[in-house]
Amino acid sequence: MNREATMNELNPALERMIPFLRLADQVRRRVQYPTVGIAGLFALWWWGGWLIANNEDTMAFASFAPGPTLAAFWDLVSSGNVWKPIESSLYRVGWGLFYAIAIGVPMGVMIGYFLTLKQITHVPFQFLRMISPLAWMPIAVLAFATWDGAIIFLIAIAAIWPITYATAHGVQRIDPMWLKVGSNLGANPIHTLRYIVMPAIAQDVFAGIRLAVGVAWIVLVPAEYLGVTSGLGYAINDARDTLEYDKLAAFVLVIGIIGYMLDAICVRLIKRSSYHAES
Amino acid sequence: MGAAISIDYITHHYPGQEDPTLKDIEVTVAPGETVALIGQSGCGKSTLLHMLAGLLLPSDGCVRINGQQVIKPSPRWNMMFQKPSLYPWMTVRKNASLGLIFQGRRKGLKDRIDQLLDTVGLADKAEVNVQSLSGGQQQRVALARSLATDPELLLLDEPFSALDAFTRVALQDEVTRLARERGISVVFVTHDIDEAVAMADRVLVMGSNPGTITAELKVELPYPRDRASHRFVDLKSELMEFFGATRHPGGSGVQPRAEAEPESESSRRQARIRAA
Repeated sequence: MNREATMNELNPALERMIPFLRLADQVRRRVQYPTVGIAGLFALWWWGGWLIANNEDTMAFASFAPGPTLAAFWDLVSSGNVWKPIESSLYRVGWGLFYAIAIGVPMGVMIGYFLTLKQITHVPFQFLRMISPLAWMPIAVLAFATWDGAIIFLIAIAAIWPITYATAHGVQRIDPMWLKVGSNLGANPIHTLRYIVMPAIAQDVFAGIRLAVGVAWIVLVPAEYLGVTSGLGYAINDARDTLEYDKLAAFVLVIGIIGYMLDAICVRLIKRSSYHAES
Repeated sequence: MGAAISIDYITHHYPGQEDPTLKDIEVTVAPGETVALIGQSGCGKSTLLHMLAGLLLPSDGCVRINGQQVIKPSPRWNMMFQKPSLYPWMTVRKNASLGLIFQGRRKGLKDRIDQLLDTVGLADKAEVNVQSLSGGQQQRVALARSLATDPELLLLDEPFSALDAFTRVALQDEVTRLARERGISVVFVTHDIDEAVAMADRVLVMGSNPGTITAELKVELPYPRDRASHRFVDLKSELMEFFGATRHPGGSGVQPRAEAEPESESSRRQARIRAA
């Protein structure tokens, strides 16, 4: 692997290519392993489809295989029919997360800051946290006038815990000296929150939001199985009822892709909010 | 102008402790004076400093700065700690500006900070994240941050003890020079005898259990101080002896060693031992 040596012997025209070669090398490294992973998943999927198609009992579901699914996926995208359910679902997840953040972050700051509050809330919060959000469905339907309201409530109640506890964890990790120096410099509580606490916990908050997005996206689909007539969960249920298994699988694909994208956005936010110097 | 401090009979009990951490501390500091508090760990010197800063209230007695009782922190008296404790998400400039931002003094802030960073030798680092600085540079930023609000009094809690020897000496001289130029009063805690003699006009030796001031030594040497001079070395050994006295309290009566010393300069030092 004596790359430098071989490159030194190249002619000047090729030497000008070196930056591009370097870039290509980086791209290759960043793409190579994910490609292997994706290919592996496709292979498994294809194999599963082949097994289903070759079994008399399951032959009816053969369109779950990659071929029909991708064709249906392409239909959904090219006809534009894919956007409406995505929009409805993102709307619900968006509002659910909004409420979870609006309540969870201040609650987390308080719990992290006041030990007493942490002790008081521990049992009830852990108790509530362990109840599946979907268990609240009947109550949510009664309590909210619209299906949208009920689903947003379910998402919020699922997403609030990771945000609250990640925030509290962040607050507990704040170096007490930072607060001492702040008050020594004459910071009032608003200064302390804005210049010290929030930047110090930003990364933890976004890590909590990342977990919350995962939970919210998972809760969304079953929540949309019930009652509503829009969204990705509904689309899957609808496709099942009309026996369009290729379309059903295409929506599963859409859910996965969007979920992945939401997570990728969170990872970027976490990185951006980190105050640790990049080394 | 520097602050005049008067510490009036401070006694302090930490909750749950039977013996007082500090007992009947009485000290005055003249405007512009630099006073060192030395003593072994646990003698309460840091506690006393926190009281001067208003970060801790004594159970008895009070601290007055320019006649005003200290009840909370103020930008007029500023404390520097052993760790620089800079905010790692901010640049050097932002860290140094914080005191002024908290006070709402944004007018002319940039020029002021530029000037200060220049004073502490970090003009070229203004826009750099503080995490990329060395320990000494970080402590310089903390110094700039403390000076930004024009304090009348600077309180230093072993601020150089974590630095390497060269940086430590450089910063000791620098802080002394800046404080003298600006007429700022300084009270600092240290367990480094060298540091005490190098920086202070007066050294107070503290003993523990309970924390009291056991001895006082005037350091009448011109600035900047020559650390190799005979008198510097003499003062150091004299201080070391006081230190020894507090470490091994000799039963009924500790001899006032400074007076026992057959040395011509001892009268000028005006060292005396208070009741041990």
